[in-house]
Amino acid sequence: MSLYYIYQDHNRCIGCFACEVHCKTNKGLGPGPRLCRIIPTEIKAINEQVVQRFIFMPCFHCEDPWCVKACPTGAMQKRAKDGIVFVEPNLCVGCKNCITACPWGIPQFNPETGKVVKCDYCKDRIDQGLLPACVSKCTTHALKWVSTQEASTIKREKFVKEAYANLY
Amino acid sequence: MKKQVFSVCGMCSARCPIRVEVTDGRITWIEGNPYAAGIEGSMCARGSAGLVHVYDFERPQGPMVRIGERGSGEWKRVSWDEALNYIANRLSEIIGKYGPKSVALLDRGGGLFGEMQRVFIKAIGSPNYFNHDDLCRKDADLALQSLIGIPRNQISYDFANARHIVSFGRAFFDAVVVKEANNVLKALEKGAKLTYFDPRVNVTATKATRYLRIRPGTDYAVVLALIHQILKEDLYDRDFVNKYMLGITDLEEFIKPYTPKWAEAESGVPEYQIIKLARELSEAKPRVIIYPYWFGARYTDSFYYARAVWILNFLLGNLEQKGGLILAKSPKEVGAQPLKSLLDPIPAPQDKRIEAELGKGFLYDGAGHILHLYKAIKTEEPYPIKALFVYRYDPFAGMPLEDIKEITRKLELLVHIPVDYGTTSWFADVILPESTYLERDDIIGLQRGAKPAFILRRKAIDPVYDTKPRWWIFTQLCKKLGLEKYVPYESIEDIWNYQLEGTGIKIEDFEAKGFVSLCKEQVLYSRDQLKFKTPSGKIEIVSSKMQEREVPIFYPYKTPEKPKVEEGEFRLIFGRAAMHTHVRTQNNPLLNEIKPENELWINDEVAERLGIKDGDWVEVSSGDYTGKIKAKVTPFIHPEAVFMVRGYQNDIPWLSRVYGKGLNEGRLLKGAFDKFALGSHTGVLFENFVKVKKA
Repeated sequence: MSLYYIYQDHNRCIGCFACEVHCKTNKGLGPGPRLCRIIPTEIKAINEQVVQRFIFMPCFHCEDPWCVKACPTGAMQKRAKDGIVFVEPNLCVGCKNCITACPWGIPQFNPETGKVVKCDYCKDRIDQGLLPACVSKCTTHALKWVSTQEASTIKREKFVKEAYANLY
Repeated sequence: MKKQVFSVCGMCSARCPIRVEVTDGRITWIEGNPYAAGIEGSMCARGSAGLVHVYDFERPQGPMVRIGERGSGEWKRVSWDEALNYIANRLSEIIGKYGPKSVALLDRGGGLFGEMQRVFIKAIGSPNYFNHDDLCRKDADLALQSLIGIPRNQISYDFANARHIVSFGRAFFDAVVVKEANNVLKALEKGAKLTYFDPRVNVTATKATRYLRIRPGTDYAVVLALIHQILKEDLYDRDFVNKYMLGITDLEEFIKPYTPKWAEAESGVPEYQIIKLARELSEAKPRVIIYPYWFGARYTDSFYYARAVWILNFLLGNLEQKGGLILAKSPKEVGAQPLKSLLDPIPAPQDKRIEAELGKGFLYDGAGHILHLYKAIKTEEPYPIKALFVYRYDPFAGMPLEDIKEITRKLELLVHIPVDYGTTSWFADVILPESTYLERDDIIGLQRGAKPAFILRRKAIDPVYDTKPRWWIFTQLCKKLGLEKYVPYESIEDIWNYQLEGTGIKIEDFEAKGFVSLCKEQVLYSRDQLKFKTPSGKIEIVSSKMQEREVPIFYPYKTPEKPKVEEGEFRLIFGRAAMHTHVRTQNNPLLNEIKPENELWINDEVAERLGIKDGDWVEVSSGDYTGKIKAKVTPFIHPEAVFMVRGYQNDIPWLSRVYGKGLNEGRLLKGAFDKFALGSHTGVLFENFVKVKKA
């Protein structure tokens, strides 16, 4: 797993799909490959509320990535310094083996180049001290760029706040 | 080489401040202006897709003159000089024959940078300036004017500090304004309640602390019942009401029959929920906001609904209160000098606008009613309108083909000045393509608010195609008509310098952030010293303005007509989704990818009786128009309504990505443009029934 994590605050996410467009404009991608996705869940009615979630699906940047193992040319790589999984386009031959290997369907085929393209957490921006495009411009600041440790803390604190809010 | 430009987004009408990066002459990054409060870098999907829009080849790439029949799609590319000469010649003939008043300009809306197009129509001596507001916010505007003498855009909402927000179909998270969405979320995070009424579940409903399904057409009933309960239980802000509101006794008399129990029978919203809401609002007052419609061109009673909503707000004493409604300040009100108006040096037209000859019985406020314009074109009464300029607006996109034919048949000249192709350009005589917001400078705009500011839209790059900025188009049109004395400008800098004269602000002052605030802190008036722009200086429930215009003060509620659902008849309602702006973005490559077509929402129980399953193709008919669309069968819509995300112009071949996809709700609005809302003469676009059957 990479050092980083994109935490999605479901209370703030409005499923507007802006993250997908922020990502694609930053990478110069046309219609076709979608490096991160928002997948809506079904609407459910619970008492006075109706609820729906919009699940943000970037690459998870696995500790032991299937896609890297599946790549026959060494194009799919894991960056040593921070664990970001990325494609080196010069080495990619467009065999799509990584697409087959990834359990979450993360690597995308770009018909314009005949190569695979995937979420690399905008590593060029990270290296400049900036945030990934999706986080940086998220309409409602629902996406947060945190360490894996911080993600865990946010989640625990949120759980306590919500679960215990009405106890006293 | 890399540079940054601060500007203003143009992908919708929210006009968010933006920061644009240009690398070697190409736009590489657009984000929300990091210095703008409530934005802080964030941007919606449409904002980012602006980067693709500017380089899209599916937009007009130079001036065009129609050579075939209307709607034949046969055009000739011409130079700007040819196009402008052509218009000037035709216009001179028309003015010679029918006078300057026969020329009308239809604008989407003035907005921040809206003076330029008004300069043109005023300079030629025509009073006939119109905007789209009648098919949008005008009910809320006129209702507020009737009560406190100012239009809606002079009120801002302090959502972030509100304790309870109530909305009837204003979809904060579906028709997204970035700052507003963030402020509503901020309130929710701080524990505020959001009560949301809608016949259909949208994203906003899923974020609400309470969603109440309402029968379409009965919003007015629920607001009346809330007022009833608040007066009955003495839940209002007595001090505020005694000090500022005139006509409470008349209101008490009128409101008597409208009990929550009665409203339940009308709307389907349970009596106990209405009573509970009234009490909760009283507890949270004055930090409450009951939002009137934004898009208010819905029902025959929408103007009276909007009046009731404003009255409800004021009963709760939320005006000029933290977490409530804030009076937007002008430069003068915060001790600054206003911009100089480009309109001032031009004499007022001698003729009267068409409305002025129509008698009384409706309100109007200086912008002209679009439905009156259409009627005048069709009937030539009270006088003929023969030339129409349409700017930054695609009115035909949301209109039945029959209306378009009837209107264009009477026009001798139709000029469309768009950024994008659409139905209006398809039926126009001349297309003058405007540069996108990323390729053009605009005049300086005023952002009113508790902390007003001047803001600048600056071009990030030179136009990609042979397009021009609006200031250039309208000044050149004036010059071609021999009216150069009213537009003594050679460059945008000339205009900026004129506007800034006497303000002490220089154009360089916009460099750092893209805007210049006119005061340091938000200005709030003292609660004890409010004065309103009405003849009495008070909040007038019994409105002088309405009395003067012979408009009834109160409108007794009437039950809306019920569609014959068992025969497959439904009330057609429509709305927005976060990735699309009205009729403008469905063809954008990246936004089209996210939502390439719309579908027809239909209630699951009703659908079952009609033999319609989720994903089936259905036929939707208004009588003179029938189209096919996929059904979305769901329990989350009222059985009397069918719903579509609006704006899919699927019949204009120029828009190849959306051509033949989904269905355009506008084509189904048979007769809608001949129906007028009571008191306001605005549009009533949700008063239409359609027939649905399995295709």
